[in-house]
Amino acid sequence: MAFYLSIKEIWRNKGRFFLFSLVIALITFLVLFTAGLGEGLASANKEYLEKIDAQVLVFQEDTDYSTIESRLEYDVLRNVRRWDGISDVGAIGFSNTTLVFQDGIEPIDASLVGIEPGKPGSPPAFQGEPIRTKQGKVVVIDQRIAKQAGVEVGDMLTLKSTQGTDDEFYQLKVAGISGGQQYFFQPSIFVSLQVWDDVRPKANVENNGGPIIPNILAVKLDDPTALESMSNFLEERVDGIEVTDIETAYKSAPGYAAQQNTLNTQKGFTFLIGILVIGGFFQIQTLQKVPQIGMLKAIGTSNHIVANAAVLQIIFVTLFGVALGGLSTLGLAMGLPAGIPVLFTGTSILTALAALLLIGPVGGMVSIRSALKVEPLTALGM
Amino acid sequence: MTKNILETRDVTKVYESGNLVVKAVDGVSISVGAGEFIGLVGPSGSGKTTMLAMLAGLLNATEGQLNIDGQDLNQMNDVQRTRFRREKIGFTFQANNLVPYLTALENVELMLRLNKKNGREGRQRAADLLTRLGMDDRLNNLPKQLSGGQQQRVAIARALIHNPSVVLADEPTASLDTERANQVVQIFADLIHEQNKAGIMVTHDLRMCKYVDKVIQMVDGKVARVITERAAIDTLAGTSQFDTLSVPKMEDQFQNQPLIIPNPSTFVPVRIGAD
Repeated sequence: MAFYLSIKEIWRNKGRFFLFSLVIALITFLVLFTAGLGEGLASANKEYLEKIDAQVLVFQEDTDYSTIESRLEYDVLRNVRRWDGISDVGAIGFSNTTLVFQDGIEPIDASLVGIEPGKPGSPPAFQGEPIRTKQGKVVVIDQRIAKQAGVEVGDMLTLKSTQGTDDEFYQLKVAGISGGQQYFFQPSIFVSLQVWDDVRPKANVENNGGPIIPNILAVKLDDPTALESMSNFLEERVDGIEVTDIETAYKSAPGYAAQQNTLNTQKGFTFLIGILVIGGFFQIQTLQKVPQIGMLKAIGTSNHIVANAAVLQIIFVTLFGVALGGLSTLGLAMGLPAGIPVLFTGTSILTALAALLLIGPVGGMVSIRSALKVEPLTALGM
Repeated sequence: MTKNILETRDVTKVYESGNLVVKAVDGVSISVGAGEFIGLVGPSGSGKTTMLAMLAGLLNATEGQLNIDGQDLNQMNDVQRTRFRREKIGFTFQANNLVPYLTALENVELMLRLNKKNGREGRQRAADLLTRLGMDDRLNNLPKQLSGGQQQRVAIARALIHNPSVVLADEPTASLDTERANQVVQIFADLIHEQNKAGIMVTHDLRMCKYVDKVIQMVDGKVARVITERAAIDTLAGTSQFDTLSVPKMEDQFQNQPLIIPNPSTFVPVRIGAD
């Protein structure tokens, strides 16, 4: 009975309910887009770190897990590697570079990441092959660069790097293409640590030839669950380091927390607006329907049916609006240019959709309460 | 003698607000038999609508018994009363009678749905009843596409379709012109007689009393008199037939009573507070 009443009312007032569903669709669009933007920006900051095949990262002591500030001597690598419980260790160096192209293709700024071939931190290549040698003048590139500049495996890539006060150009052969590997809001290119040390921008060229100073170590543990105990163990045994898990590391990146908090606040407010809009709409509708609800109760319709009809109506309208908003967002996502950092992952979208579906009944609760409180006598003016 | 379907005994309704105590209905005892159509009349504030609301199970009596089909409404809880209204009572109101998003046929079927008696046969019965009421070409129209009289006819059909014991009507002609008012009440009366229901109509329009079998006049919450004689009822109903545009106030009509009621013996005196 409740289903019958709610469906009939929606069907016979298609225009009004469709317009309201559009409002819900717009709210859905805004929430999903904000969620996608948050995910995209977070991903641009952490994509590479998150994919490293390791459990903990080692930083220089007192650098607050900053990959740029941290500097580790090669001794530290040896010291970390020798303990039981450590499966493998890879040194990683971070820097920036600019890729330049011919034929009018715009230069691309990229993160230049130095890795140890075959060690944690070395990315897999889904096309071509990963870096296999320490000395080879080869590079593995992020798929975004391949797509944006039309680069293929076997092509030569030109890196522009400032050495002292001069711009130097280096040619590296593309050995492979990896999946998305952004770091610090830029797509990454990977070279061996030795090549990285040669080509990375340096303020003082006279430093060339010294020992390689990577920024961090990626440590793979024998027992991935022993993350905390091994972190403490390493900090006690090896001087001058701080150890943390990967999530803490990328959350400590400058601006990450502020950026995510801003977007989460925006998302929260959009939800709140959604609840108020839905609540307002159904409350006004209930107030308009007071005589009708009173009449239904007077002829023997139970409160149970009246409440269920109201709940079902809210659910139908919210479902339709959220579906419409979700599809519109999907359509937009497919047409977005690559440069916009919007990323829709299953978890973030499902969480946002579940929350959006909940705001209907939450927003409509006041109206359901009002409907239940309608007194037939008062409503009918008897 | 016809069996009484509806009987009330010393029904009282008291409203209290601070120190103010108002007796809206004061010791009313009435009975309505099967196939009997009653007109409940009286000036505004006489308690007739409160009485109707109690008979419909929408309001609890402060004291007294309200028996319909042998069940005392005053002993029921809210859930039982809601169910009782759904099964045993047919109700038409002054306005807002119909669900605006259901067609005429669906509005009538609504009572069958509420009682879980809908289906193909139920739909056919609803259509037949509406056809009987001259609504055969309006079955699929929404209430906004119907005139006031047509809406009242749909409401009458809805009040009768589920075979209730008692049919109640609150000012069914309030928003209708004279011609339509006559049509509606005539149909209502015919169906009540034909289907052997107990019918009660609250009305301000005494002209409509020509269709009822008994008139109960209430004043100040009490039954002032009961008119059963046909001639007396017709006379009462005819008081305003020469001036259909302005119906005299009820008080004025009863003030002139010796002039217009030929035989005072036709009035049944009711002792207030008596059994």
